Amino acid sequence: MMNHPLVKWIDHRLPIITLMNKELNEYPTPRNLNYWWNFGSLAGIILVIMILTGIVLAMQYTPHKDYAFDSVERIMRDVNFGWMLRYIHANGASFFFIVVYIHIFRGLYYGSYKAPRELLWMIGVVILIVMMATAFMGYVLPWGQMSFWGATVITNLFSAVPVFGEAIVTWLWGGFSVDNATLNRFFALHYLLPFVLVAIVVLHLWALHRFGSNNPLGIDAKGPQDKIPFNPYYTIKDAFGLGVCLIFFAWFVFFAPNYLGHPDNYIPANPLSTPAHIVPEWYFLPFYAILRSIDNKLLGVVAMFASIFVLFILPWLDRSPVRSGKFRPIFKLFFWVLVLDCIVLGICGAKPAEGKWLYISRIGTFWYFLHFFVIIPLLGILERPRPLPASISEPVLKAPAE
Amino acid sequence: MKKLIVPAFAAALTLGLSLAPSQQAVAAEGVAVPQQKWSFDGPFGHYDKMELQRGFQVFREVCASCHGLKYIAFRDLAGLGYSPEEIKQMAEDYTITDGPGDDGEMFDRPGKASDRYPDPFPNDKAAAASNGGAIPPDLSLMAKARPDGANYLYALMTGYEDPPADFDLLEGLHYNAYFPGHQIAMPSPLFEDGVTYGDETPATVDQMAHDVTAFLMWAAEPKMEERKETGIKVLIFLVIFTVLLYAAKRRVWRDIH
Repeated sequence: MMNHPLVKWIDHRLPIITLMNKELNEYPTPRNLNYWWNFGSLAGIILVIMILTGIVLAMQYTPHKDYAFDSVERIMRDVNFGWMLRYIHANGASFFFIVVYIHIFRGLYYGSYKAPRELLWMIGVVILIVMMATAFMGYVLPWGQMSFWGATVITNLFSAVPVFGEAIVTWLWGGFSVDNATLNRFFALHYLLPFVLVAIVVLHLWALHRFGSNNPLGIDAKGPQDKIPFNPYYTIKDAFGLGVCLIFFAWFVFFAPNYLGHPDNYIPANPLSTPAHIVPEWYFLPFYAILRSIDNKLLGVVAMFASIFVLFILPWLDRSPVRSGKFRPIFKLFFWVLVLDCIVLGICGAKPAEGKWLYISRIGTFWYFLHFFVIIPLLGILERPRPLPASISEPVLKAPAE
Repeated sequence: MKKLIVPAFAAALTLGLSLAPSQQAVAAEGVAVPQQKWSFDGPFGHYDKMELQRGFQVFREVCASCHGLKYIAFRDLAGLGYSPEEIKQMAEDYTITDGPGDDGEMFDRPGKASDRYPDPFPNDKAAAASNGGAIPPDLSLMAKARPDGANYLYALMTGYEDPPADFDLLEGLHYNAYFPGHQIAMPSPLFEDGVTYGDETPATVDQMAHDVTAFLMWAAEPKMEERKETGIKVLIFLVIFTVLLYAAKRRVWRDIH
């Protein structure tokens, strides 16, 4: 194809074909990536699915407080395949977070945030934050009870800001309560942010391709024998992973489409009736637990934001020269404790913040910050990592045939 | 390596699955709802059209005197197995206020298939005034708007009983074993032989509750059959496609390992 005269003509003037060939086809990739490395491309594909279904849904949706709920029901009942589009979009949000959380934990385990990939990691944290904002605003759009009250609770967090709090919240709402102006601007931003995400993802990939992927051994490639071209090896491997992911995804979309949602959101928003328990979507629950584990509103909000922002400085908190958790016996243990801690926090977030759940979420919050601010820095000094292999191809070639 | 994909998804699913039911448990206020058998359960679930028609009859003759069904148009009743002729006739039994006409006045006309099911009250204030201050909620989405919707609705309709001796029941409210807080404004809606079924099914309270719950599930999720049938095809395709991708992957990678 590269020799077609038209392709050559274009490529001479705009070397986009050369670029794509270099970055998507020949792109040298460590030969030993395991299936945990599938989740980056999966996240990208889900972003595309979300944008495509979202654009089509937006053609039928009405961002007005009197019509939003009805227009969603119209999509469900009268628009051709509207039910499928909406269920794909709603469950797609959950799957986006599942995939991205696994992607992040993979980075944590294999030390993918360490030099020279600090900026790649930090751009990833920005992606997470923009994703969360987008998902939050998207959940408001159906204008059900949880949409409305979730929006009220979360936007009210900003009232904890000293002095300017009330003014900021009024500014966010575009009024004196969550109302039509809020819904309208959330729709505008919910449509905008995914495209911002695409741009940040391009930066993420750009930074990734500067040094190439990390790998399960966490050691740098010593030569061409350690790398293989991305295509066909990782295109086919990613495609298989996508197939597996889509099977799970289809199960939820077609057989349990409301399982990850909340029944209250099928009740139209009513500012005069507060639901007994206001819970965010499952992917926010660990952060919600951290927020509520602290009695002081301002400190709770600070802790919640800090729990994400700590990831920005993680590359400098972890001073261990060894990247991969595979060669860090104690780090490995604490990594799994952190995973467990996040799951426990998630469960706490779904429970009322009282009694034993409050205590558990306090312990969980304490542990979360202890992990990043004390355990990780100490391990960098105290832990004795196991010896590293000489090169990527050495253990790969020695490994029993799989 | 391939062994890792299973724990990957297991971890993700455990996270998701372990949280969702706990949310529901919270919302249900700790009242365990007995589980019934429904024709629409499971991946191959479908609606029983005769059951839906009986349920619609219960809705029309009992529920509709207080509750609306605003997302259902008469034309949608084709999903219950009615012919266009039957739907047209059924719609004509209702009087719809339309307009304003050319003279600027609202006018009454017989219903058409395209009309939504008419609300029993002109507005919420009227609804509250007729029901001791409580507004009977619209039932179009009720089966999805409560945790474990279908089982909950059935339990609610069959859950009226005498309050325990020490229970302080407020004036004008009714004791229900499954309603959150146990005090519900709606009096027990169903009585033995409250309706006369055309197919001579005995109209017991259990039967009517079961039928009208199935109808309400259909009203909340009319595309469920289409969804599940599509889902089976999609899954079959995806499984075969993924197996092929796996085989292709093995072949491509053969020289690498």
